Amino acid sequence: MNFTGKTAILTVVLGSEMENDILLKVEDLWVQRPGAEVLRGVNLNVRRGDIHVLLGLNGSGKSSLAYTLMGTDGYQADRGRITFDGKDITHLSVTERARLGLTLAWQEPARFEGLPTADYLALGMAKPSRKRVEEALMSVALSPIVYMSRAVDSALSGGERKRIELAAVYTMQPRLAILDEPDSGVDVLCMDDILALVRRMAKEGTAVLLITHRDEMAEMADVASLMCGGAIVQTGSPKDLRDYFAKRCRPHGDLLGYQPWGAEAGGTYQRVVAEEGQE
Amino acid sequence: MNQSSPSRVTSSVLEQHDPAWAREFEAMLEAYEQAGGMPDMLRMPRVASAVISGNQVLAVNLVEGVDIQTEEQENGVHARITVAPHTKMDYPVHLCFGMTAEEGLQEITSEFEIGEGSNIGFLAHCTFPNATNLKHVMDADIHVGPDATMRYSESHYHGPQGGIEVVPTTHARVDTGGFLEIDFNLVHGLVGRLDVQFEADVAARGTVELSTKAYGAADDEIKVNEVVRLNGEGARGLTKTRAAVRDRATSEVYTTAEGNAPGAVGHMDCTEIVRGDAVARNVPMVVVRNDRAHVTHEASIGSVNKRELETLMARGLAEEDAVDIVIRGMLK
Repeated sequence: MNFTGKTAILTVVLGSEMENDILLKVEDLWVQRPGAEVLRGVNLNVRRGDIHVLLGLNGSGKSSLAYTLMGTDGYQADRGRITFDGKDITHLSVTERARLGLTLAWQEPARFEGLPTADYLALGMAKPSRKRVEEALMSVALSPIVYMSRAVDSALSGGERKRIELAAVYTMQPRLAILDEPDSGVDVLCMDDILALVRRMAKEGTAVLLITHRDEMAEMADVASLMCGGAIVQTGSPKDLRDYFAKRCRPHGDLLGYQPWGAEAGGTYQRVVAEEGQE
Repeated sequence: MNQSSPSRVTSSVLEQHDPAWAREFEAMLEAYEQAGGMPDMLRMPRVASAVISGNQVLAVNLVEGVDIQTEEQENGVHARITVAPHTKMDYPVHLCFGMTAEEGLQEITSEFEIGEGSNIGFLAHCTFPNATNLKHVMDADIHVGPDATMRYSESHYHGPQGGIEVVPTTHARVDTGGFLEIDFNLVHGLVGRLDVQFEADVAARGTVELSTKAYGAADDEIKVNEVVRLNGEGARGLTKTRAAVRDRATSEVYTTAEGNAPGAVGHMDCTEIVRGDAVARNVPMVVVRNDRAHVTHEASIGSVNKRELETLMARGLAEEDAVDIVIRGMLK
């Protein structure tokens, strides 16, 4: 029997299904900022409903990638393509991207003088619902009675604003939420609530691109990618990537401008990778 | 001229049946509601209130401890408001000023005498929904007695034409341990021309907090001039100005704080947002006459913060809607 034809058809069908499974596709994305090339050929696929964790050292380009995906000012692609649910969004505005179902929780949330938390949480909702706003606040361990009418301003601590930001993303029910270090600046007691909220988002159908440095956050992901020097250098299981990241990654000499552990220590991430193969 | 007595005018709120009076009163209540006021409060016997349209005193309601004497004049009304010492009120005194006419002049002169140890709030709404060529002058003389507290909030509602000039002038004296808070806002309808003049002298341990908010568009002109003199030991003063201007509107904010005594602490905080061809200026002046006084200022003029805008846009809001939310929030 000749299976060649059927195999080819099967491959095409499977390939098509896998392609349909991809919500966000980033191809050869380059971004130049004043004085630095912050993204250097990023390739990344985020599947529907996945929690996809993004690891990497400070300055490796994680937040720059998040800003570029959201289309924020100063982070426009010089080269490459961003596709969201099959649509090219590379040159769309922040609003247009958000209306397609993409949103971002900034690492350092904005302050809004005079804007009550309840109103802020309702802004992104297709059908504003007090019940969901209350649920969202409770899910980040904030009492609705206390916080609904409080303004999202500088009277709140950074940790409180961070939790409100996450709650706002949750009420929006986006198709893809980019969370830039949702765990930084919040107290340890709240960490479980944030983990639960991210899981809840995924359960409700929101894919999450999660930037974090914490093991417990990374461990709950379905897939992980490692960034270095403005590019994705590995994608795999969170455990493998986390182990690799912890054991092998060192600040890149070229980025720091000096060799933190001396040239004999390997110097660059790329060189460590190369040496690993010789072990 | 009409000297109002408590019993007569209180009766006019509850029992007046003159159709012309009733029409004007209802028109003012409607305008009052547009300005953000709660008309029911003007009908409640236990809430002190006054309703003034043009040069007519439509209603005054008095409660124990609060006396409001009014005198109708050619172009307005003179009011003397006296709060007896140690009076504590559960509800603020509600004041409704305005004109439903398109043109004219309204001059309100007032004296506030807040007795020692009393604690009182005032909620004033000034409404000019149909103004096309109208001038509203407010001249207030405020005396806050020793250890007394007065909170005064004034909201303006102007129509869409912008044909109005508003000139509120306030002279305030705050005695030892007294507290005066004034909140002025003009963020509904077109401003027209606004010229706020405020000066306060603050005695030992006294406090003045002044907040002014205005939103100008088209050819609106906003001018704010505030002077706070911290004359007594430990006196405190805060001026907080928020202005947003777009189109061809202008905003000029002049603030002066003087630290004239040991331990006097003053701070001036001004934020102005500019859009389109609008122009904003801020001129703070700090004067310190005592080496133990401390006066500071901070000012920010510019466009809406980019991060705030993008955060709202990332929730799906159009840029213009996001700008509006940020500005409205700042002016809230």
